[in-house]
Amino acid sequence: MSRLADRTVIGLSISAVVLMALAALIPNWMLFIFLQSFARGAVALGLLVLWRSGLISFGHALYFAAGAYGAVFMQRMIANDAFAMVAAGLIASGALAFLLGFLLRQYRGIFFALLNMAFSMVLWGLLAKTEALGSTDGLSIVAPRFFGMVFAGDQSKLAIYFFAIVLTWMFSVAVHLYMKSTLGAMSTAVRENEIRLEYLGYSAHRAVHVKYVISALLAGFGGVLMGMTVGIVDPDSMAYWTVSGEFVFITILSGTGNVAATYIGAFVFEIIRSLAFQYSPKLWQLIMGGALLLIIMFLPNGLWSVMARLRKARAS
Amino acid sequence: MQLAAVILVDGLVYASYLFMVAVGLTVIFGVQRVLNTAHGSFFAFGAYLAAMLIGAWYKAGWPAYGGFLIIVVSAAVVGIVLGLIIERCLLKYLYDRDEHIVVLATFAAFLALEDVILLIWGTDPYYAIQPVQELGATQIAGLKFDNYNLSMIAISGVLALSLWYALRRTTWGKMLLAVIYDREVSRAMGINVTAVFLITFILGSILAALGGAYLAPTISVLPGIGVEVIVIAFAVVVIGGMGSIPGALIGAVIVGISRAAAVHLLPSIELFVIYIIMAGVLIFRPEGLFVPVKARRI
Repeated sequence: MSRLADRTVIGLSISAVVLMALAALIPNWMLFIFLQSFARGAVALGLLVLWRSGLISFGHALYFAAGAYGAVFMQRMIANDAFAMVAAGLIASGALAFLLGFLLRQYRGIFFALLNMAFSMVLWGLLAKTEALGSTDGLSIVAPRFFGMVFAGDQSKLAIYFFAIVLTWMFSVAVHLYMKSTLGAMSTAVRENEIRLEYLGYSAHRAVHVKYVISALLAGFGGVLMGMTVGIVDPDSMAYWTVSGEFVFITILSGTGNVAATYIGAFVFEIIRSLAFQYSPKLWQLIMGGALLLIIMFLPNGLWSVMARLRKARAS
Repeated sequence: MQLAAVILVDGLVYASYLFMVAVGLTVIFGVQRVLNTAHGSFFAFGAYLAAMLIGAWYKAGWPAYGGFLIIVVSAAVVGIVLGLIIERCLLKYLYDRDEHIVVLATFAAFLALEDVILLIWGTDPYYAIQPVQELGATQIAGLKFDNYNLSMIAISGVLALSLWYALRRTTWGKMLLAVIYDREVSRAMGINVTAVFLITFILGSILAALGGAYLAPTISVLPGIGVEVIVIAFAVVVIGGMGSIPGALIGAVIVGISRAAAVHLLPSIELFVIYIIMAGVLIFRPEGLFVPVKARRI
């Protein structure tokens, strides 16, 4: 098989088409859950890129929020267009990550995780205290236009849905190809032994920096998508450290097996959360926490490992 | 001058309960390599239990000194019960896993415990102001300070000294340091590492609960106090150096005073001054101000 058309790429493409076709069948609330899964899945995908190098960030809500606020800025100040908003979100999160990356690329392990959290909490504090940015109430996002086309009501949700699928597909394929490239293959090398990597003539710092920016771009994209879906961006549900915790939750739930796994993980997360919230609004954190503990205990390699196990069982 | 005194006292009061939470966090990290997010829940449980019992105690009209006993007893009860549950039923199974996974597991426990708090105590605030009134106030530099708050500073100081003594001058403390330094060799030398883990964790939990219980009379105990304190305690521990007791003390004082200064001088940055300091410290001292001795592995 050629490099561009391996099984994962084909699988992702088929899923994208199927998801688009599903739009005609599924109810509105399901559409909403799918959209949120794409948004959180994108962030988890970013974390997956980092995790392959053994790094986990407890602060990616920073880029999630940066992307979302970037999109709001674009919509309000410059142009109300979905593509421009994504571009603004990517620029905001990417530039921020590029700058902070010079500092963060020197850290590993728990320090990397916590320093990220510190930066995300600084942003949270800034957003919560700045009246011009909506303070704790946040800012609203109106239905975006698509190259000048206007959609109203349910149609606008559908438009965002198709838009999200196309972009998510593009980003996922790009990440998958990246992970197979030389730079991507260095991930494991960074995790296993940085000194050896350096002796081979590569820079571990630069490899981490690139991964960090990629992961931030994905988180920024997730933020834009979430903002468009929910119609509001606010510090507590975008930038607070527990939001970052949820992203890590999804990453662990998904496992490092495959790009597609993060979306399945995000979808499972949304389902558990929606059900928990609907049936016992007072206990949803207890249910989420319990589910997370069960996964850590009994599915240490995430959901994708179930697939792998099934495949192995069928083969033997 | 007055402002400086206010900032100093407010800062030290804040630092003293932060120290109680952070010192447990840092020792548990040093010994077990577990960054325990659930520590925030221990703090909240301590605060709630103490506030509830103190309220009931004074309502019944029993002797006033009982309020202070309640603070200590509820901290001990919360620390022992929750500490045992979390260590024996959860962490025990995770010691050989990646440290990020362990953080996430304690985060899960923290989420679950937040709801348990809501289940037990509901969303209404609890007040237990009586012990503060009981102790009266002192005039310093023309300003009135509650003796209760001042006693908190004193207790933290005593706590820091006795911890230092216990670690450096007792056999048990030396065993603990040995485990921090090298877990495997300690086990080979006959130290019961499992017991050291359990005792450290329970002691740390009691201290966190004590922080909450001691603070309870000075605040209205509301849902969400655990969330707030744990992220700040993380910052304290990181500033001081993870695993270092003097680091936790200095970190708590730095964070306490700078937050008090921000509250009085520049309220708009109060929310994130702590994280700016933390980021600043890490830029210049990547492992914190006091780096505990680490075995060099080859």
